[in-house]
Amino acid sequence: MDVVELSRIQFASTTLFHFLFVPLSIGLVFIIAIMETLYVVKKDDKYKKMAKFWGHLFLINFAVGVVTGILQEFQFGMNWSEYSRFVGDVFGAPLAIEALLAFFMESTFLGLWIFGWDRLPKWLHALCIWLVSLGTIFSAFFILSANSFMQHPVGEVLQNGRLEMNDFLAILTNGQLWVEFPHTVFGSFATGALFIIGISAIAFLRKKHVEFYKGSFKVAIVVALISGIGIALSGHEQALYLVETQPMKMAASEGLWEDSADPAPWTVLANIDTEAKENTGELKIPYLLSFLSYGEFSGSVEGMNTLQERYTELYGPGNYIPPVKTTFWSFRVMTVLGGAVLALSIWGAYLYARKKLVNSKWYLRLMIIAISFPFIGNSAGWIMTEIGRQPWVVFGYMKTEDAVSAGVTAGEVLFSLITFSALYLILFAVMITLFVREIKKGPEHDIEKTDPIADPFTKEGQHAFS
Amino acid sequence: MLSLNEFWFILVAVLFVGFFFLEGFDFGVGIASKFVAKDDLERRAFINSIGPYWDANEVWLITAIGAMFAAFPNWYASMLSGFYLCFAFILFGLIGRGVAFEFRGKAEHPTWRKTWDWVILFGSIIPPLTFGIMFTALIQGVPIDENMHMHAGVSDVINVYTVLGGVTLTMLCVWHGLIFGTLRLMDTLRERCRRAAKNLLPINAVLLVAFLGMTFFNTDMFSVHGNILEYLFMVGILVYIASGYFITRKRDGWAFLMSGLIMILLIASVFIGLFPRVMISSISEAYSLTVQTASSGDYSLKVMTYISLALLPFVLGYQIWSYYVFRKRVDHKEHMEY
Repeated sequence: MDVVELSRIQFASTTLFHFLFVPLSIGLVFIIAIMETLYVVKKDDKYKKMAKFWGHLFLINFAVGVVTGILQEFQFGMNWSEYSRFVGDVFGAPLAIEALLAFFMESTFLGLWIFGWDRLPKWLHALCIWLVSLGTIFSAFFILSANSFMQHPVGEVLQNGRLEMNDFLAILTNGQLWVEFPHTVFGSFATGALFIIGISAIAFLRKKHVEFYKGSFKVAIVVALISGIGIALSGHEQALYLVETQPMKMAASEGLWEDSADPAPWTVLANIDTEAKENTGELKIPYLLSFLSYGEFSGSVEGMNTLQERYTELYGPGNYIPPVKTTFWSFRVMTVLGGAVLALSIWGAYLYARKKLVNSKWYLRLMIIAISFPFIGNSAGWIMTEIGRQPWVVFGYMKTEDAVSAGVTAGEVLFSLITFSALYLILFAVMITLFVREIKKGPEHDIEKTDPIADPFTKEGQHAFS
Repeated sequence: MLSLNEFWFILVAVLFVGFFFLEGFDFGVGIASKFVAKDDLERRAFINSIGPYWDANEVWLITAIGAMFAAFPNWYASMLSGFYLCFAFILFGLIGRGVAFEFRGKAEHPTWRKTWDWVILFGSIIPPLTFGIMFTALIQGVPIDENMHMHAGVSDVINVYTVLGGVTLTMLCVWHGLIFGTLRLMDTLRERCRRAAKNLLPINAVLLVAFLGMTFFNTDMFSVHGNILEYLFMVGILVYIASGYFITRKRDGWAFLMSGLIMILLIASVFIGLFPRVMISSISEAYSLTVQTASSGDYSLKVMTYISLALLPFVLGYQIWSYYVFRKRVDHKEHMEY
């Protein structure tokens, strides 16, 4: 394998791995912040217990998310140095702002939150976790603004042999960003919510700490319901935008070789033959693709062959069709799981309202499995987004094969790929073990430990600077 | 007036200086925890002394790298791909260390704890050691061709001089961390930190003199900008002597200020000596990357300048506040596991 392929495998694996933890962190910390706010407002210790218990799980997850994230900041330069040179003028700014605005906020206020239970007034302590939550959302916003630029470049000009920024505001108001960002954040909230729901389901089935988990479930199901709706709406908006800006990705995600009929039917399943550039056997729902693409029940959608011709004229000879099967199937996995999340949330809210939740064995069992749905859905969504953009790394400007580092050897990349993968596997195993341990310890484990020395100005504390 | 390129070079330098000043002591605490602490509780006290800070300290590095990417894409691209394996090792270290702090306290089994203690030790040694090696190689010059591509052989990165640089930086971190320990720990632990810091004084003096001596002969650092670095060197000697005085007199706060100043002087000198270059080519002076050739366009730099100037006061403000909140020493009698 050559440097390009190895680098792609490395980017895909490290980024997908990182993105298992990110959405869970974003979702959990948001829900924990709600719980702690309830504690401050209602002065009920049960909410504090919730914030602390889910906080333990959040911290384990956050640690892995952070350390796997450090790598992201470095690997553009390490593996994709030609890409970095070409787009650094535009692409570097959001990354730097992300660090300055979001990472400092997350890390400082998280430190204050972990070690500050006994040292800060309650409201200020709750504010700290809200600032961590805000930090994670800022982080998502800026990294997605960078990603959106790769999907749909705006605010740039090609000069001095590279892309240079000429309108920063355009980058922050990129239409792609404003469909991608809400979709990702709602997906993250759902990930956190379904995690809490799934763990609570285990407890209900075992009849352990039922009251505690009922309280957690209640908060989580509200978040799940709202994010389920948010995912669907923002997902639809994203499809409308996709047809306009990246029709090739849209066509590939539909397995659409020739221009569709008008109105366009949606292909549920297809047997795709990428060699012959046709599908043998399709299952279709009439009108639906027109609706997905334009929000109305008419309109034809361009096929890959038409687009290939147009792109060849525009960008010169080459293959502009992304890996169709991967794009097609990852899109289906994502949408089906997204729909399932919404349906299960509605069902759960109904059961809770009718006070049937704790005894609904089948629902609870299903919710344990459903913990995995958002994780798989998130990954599938990113696979579709990134694979569907190929062969481009920056749409219309630079191909992935030209982006790789010039001075790095395949051996070096292979070495880091193997060691990072091994390291990540170990991390993953340890993390799962710790999750299980913390969950088994249960919410009662956290016995209040009070601070025996309340006076900060003891003799010891004072004399450092005398 | 400063040009934007110069301003951003200074900002990147400040971020690296800040990183080594801050994470320098928590690397040091990570290493010292293995040797100075005698039992599990003491080790925990060491870790808690940096508990609320280390993560934010590490963000200084992330921000430095991010700023490099945004302001000097060619520097970022050439350096990270050129020192590929160095950065891979730094990442292993940082990844291991980061999770170790979090995971260590989650179970009580001695093997579990011991394993993570080793990870903390190596995770705290590898980054400063590798950074020291890398920065030394950087000022010595590395083979960079006319296309800004760096093709370094092993001996360009690993040689007596660079390894000396790595060891010196690491030992300075240990020393800086021990002095930080005297500020945040109590009783016998505090005493032991102070004693260890004192014992390191002569060793580090030898390392520093040897390193600066080799720098004098191996690089152009001392000649590029008149006598600036000579003056800084003299200041450094005074600060070092002062640090010895304060450590012996148990004036820990002042001693910490001095060890911090040594760190600041050392890292700042690297950047002063580099300027206006950001990477020195050993093939031809003409191939060196400079603040002009490596940088982003004016528009991008201007936007970044406004944004960072608007954000920095807040960032610095709440970080200082967090140090204020945890100004109290780590007490064994308190809740120790988080």
